[in-house]
Amino acid sequence: MGDKRQFEVKALTRVEGEGRLYVRVAGNTVEHVELNIFEPPRFFESLLRGREIREVPDITARICGICPVAYQMTACHALEKALGLTMTPEIRLLRRLLYCGEWIESHALHMHLLHAPDFLGYESGISMAADHREVVERGLRMKKIGNDLLAILGGRAIHPINVTVGGFYRAPRRSELKRLLPELEWGLAAAVETVRLVAGFDFPPFEQPYDFVSLHHEREYPLNEGRVVSSSGLDIQVDEYESNFEERHLPQSTALHSVMLPDAKPYLVGPLARVNLCLEQLPPTARREAETCGIAWPSQNNFHSIVARGIEVIAAFEEAVQIVGQYQVEPAISRIEYTPRAGEGCHATEAPRGLIYHRYRIGDDGLIAEAKIVPPTSQNQGQIEDDLRQFVPSVLQYDDAEATRRCEHLIRNYDPCISCATHFLTLTIDRQGE
Amino acid sequence: MSKISDQHSTEPANKPTIAVFKFASCDGCQLSLLDAEDELLAIAHQVEIAYFLEARTRTLAGPYDVGLVEGSITTEHDAERIREIRRQCRFLVTIGACATSGGIQALRNWADVREFIQQVYATPRYINTLATSTAIADHVPVDFELRGCPINKDQLVELITALVIGRVPRVPNYSVCVECKRRGTVCVAVAKGISCLGPVTQAGCGAICPAFNRECFGCYGPQEMVNVKSLCAHYEQRGAARDHLVRLVRNFNGYAPEFRAASDALEDQ
Repeated sequence: MGDKRQFEVKALTRVEGEGRLYVRVAGNTVEHVELNIFEPPRFFESLLRGREIREVPDITARICGICPVAYQMTACHALEKALGLTMTPEIRLLRRLLYCGEWIESHALHMHLLHAPDFLGYESGISMAADHREVVERGLRMKKIGNDLLAILGGRAIHPINVTVGGFYRAPRRSELKRLLPELEWGLAAAVETVRLVAGFDFPPFEQPYDFVSLHHEREYPLNEGRVVSSSGLDIQVDEYESNFEERHLPQSTALHSVMLPDAKPYLVGPLARVNLCLEQLPPTARREAETCGIAWPSQNNFHSIVARGIEVIAAFEEAVQIVGQYQVEPAISRIEYTPRAGEGCHATEAPRGLIYHRYRIGDDGLIAEAKIVPPTSQNQGQIEDDLRQFVPSVLQYDDAEATRRCEHLIRNYDPCISCATHFLTLTIDRQGE
Repeated sequence: MSKISDQHSTEPANKPTIAVFKFASCDGCQLSLLDAEDELLAIAHQVEIAYFLEARTRTLAGPYDVGLVEGSITTEHDAERIREIRRQCRFLVTIGACATSGGIQALRNWADVREFIQQVYATPRYINTLATSTAIADHVPVDFELRGCPINKDQLVELITALVIGRVPRVPNYSVCVECKRRGTVCVAVAKGISCLGPVTQAGCGAICPAFNRECFGCYGPQEMVNVKSLCAHYEQRGAARDHLVRLVRNFNGYAPEFRAASDALEDQ
């Protein structure tokens, strides 16, 4: 008694979107943890009804300005399944290349400008630049290359316009892609440097018995396709996703929480899950750096996610160099034509923040009759809360400002995107009785 | 437009302050500031980024010289918050389609939002939302707006530069058609028979979509003084389905007055 405490952080920063976290502790016991996502709902699943098939990638992109390609890709694949379309190998490769661009820009932003400041003791990448200008500039240049790749393939970096059900409205010009090759090669070397930097950070010793979930593909690191696997042994087709995972609506949130069935347990998606489950599928340079960076995989410490993110940036640059290097002629067919018809299809891909799942039903009128979208952050939300329950006792020795800073650091391990999850954070730690 | 730094000396300590605020949105427009990779550190040197939750933990209290507002108003709380933000900002600039016209989430304005809530959320009583998604200018006076879904980062850099040195930002007010001609893109409406919103949409994107063999779908919203109804009537005469045209006009800027009037008129016919 007498040592109940209460912390308060009004707005969690360096995350995408807005929300709040409430933590109440009594002594060293965490009584209550609640992730309160207070971004207003935008009802995408409802407003997609009655829209045309070809509008879906344009509309779902607007769920998230940081990872629009994840929404576009997942929507396209799901609708192509509903329509019975098969992509050509050329379209498939260009889609992987597009996704590489998004991974690069999203991961480079998070690592250098949002997350590295936590490890190096700054309030932002902008402040960090005063002492570590070369690191911030390297991150910005990598991010720019990712955005350039998105612009060449997608027309622009945010909300690309060239992605459509069936492929691309227009194949990228060979000359435009080739011009980017030297930058992609620079990016590959720069990403190796960044991994070596971040692998040397001081990581809080916070290992948890996570159940990692990601796509898994025999022959490639997962981006657009794969089976859904978990570290606890799940191995299913994507169309079995909804019978193994369930979204639940909790009072504090405009996002839906996902849990793994049958035990309704939280799970972790994202870079750490992917590196742990798909280490063997990493391309050679990424694999070499993963194995020599000093972290033993699989890692149960999500503070290592910044390293996993870096390894994935290497992988994305490595694959981009290869695809661009081999791009000799613009494919004759950039888009498979289709006639709208009734059908249903689901698909999952790997967004920068983790697995993303979409399902659509097309009505007899050829318009969208039903849409279901499960973003990565709503899947991680339960796990973030679980982490905090375990983590908060280790920070109670600090004053409120420092305790809060450490909790926010933990939350940023997930690179949460609250706009996606419908939305993100203000942190309140309630030390009762003080 | 007066120079925002008038009251300040050139000392770094008195740099003009910029604050970035978010309402219902995807974060893409504020991300555009971080996407200005070549200019970001220079901007941070010239202006004080005083409040920008997505990018930095430190926040400075207002008032601010410039407020950049992303997103639309969809809750009572946000309707109150924007009024306080207006009081805190000398110049209030809306960035992007959500802030300037209500965004894609304004499709709810034609639907029953209670039904939307029941469809998406298992426990509707936990959800607190307004029946409409509306532009910032419907709630408070706005000094300048940057269009786009998303905005063009070059326009954002131009805006900040102009405000710092005290001139009017140079933002085009002609239509996407002009950009297509400059780019040398063959007209998709004329040559391919595609129903394209380029003739009635404000420029700024660089006419990307026609260059990729597809229609402009109005990301930058209506150009001033356009006749959207007449364009739709032309497309309909040429064989376009009316319900397709309603959807084309009623999307990311669908609730902008000119687009709204056109889609409502098509439906009423």
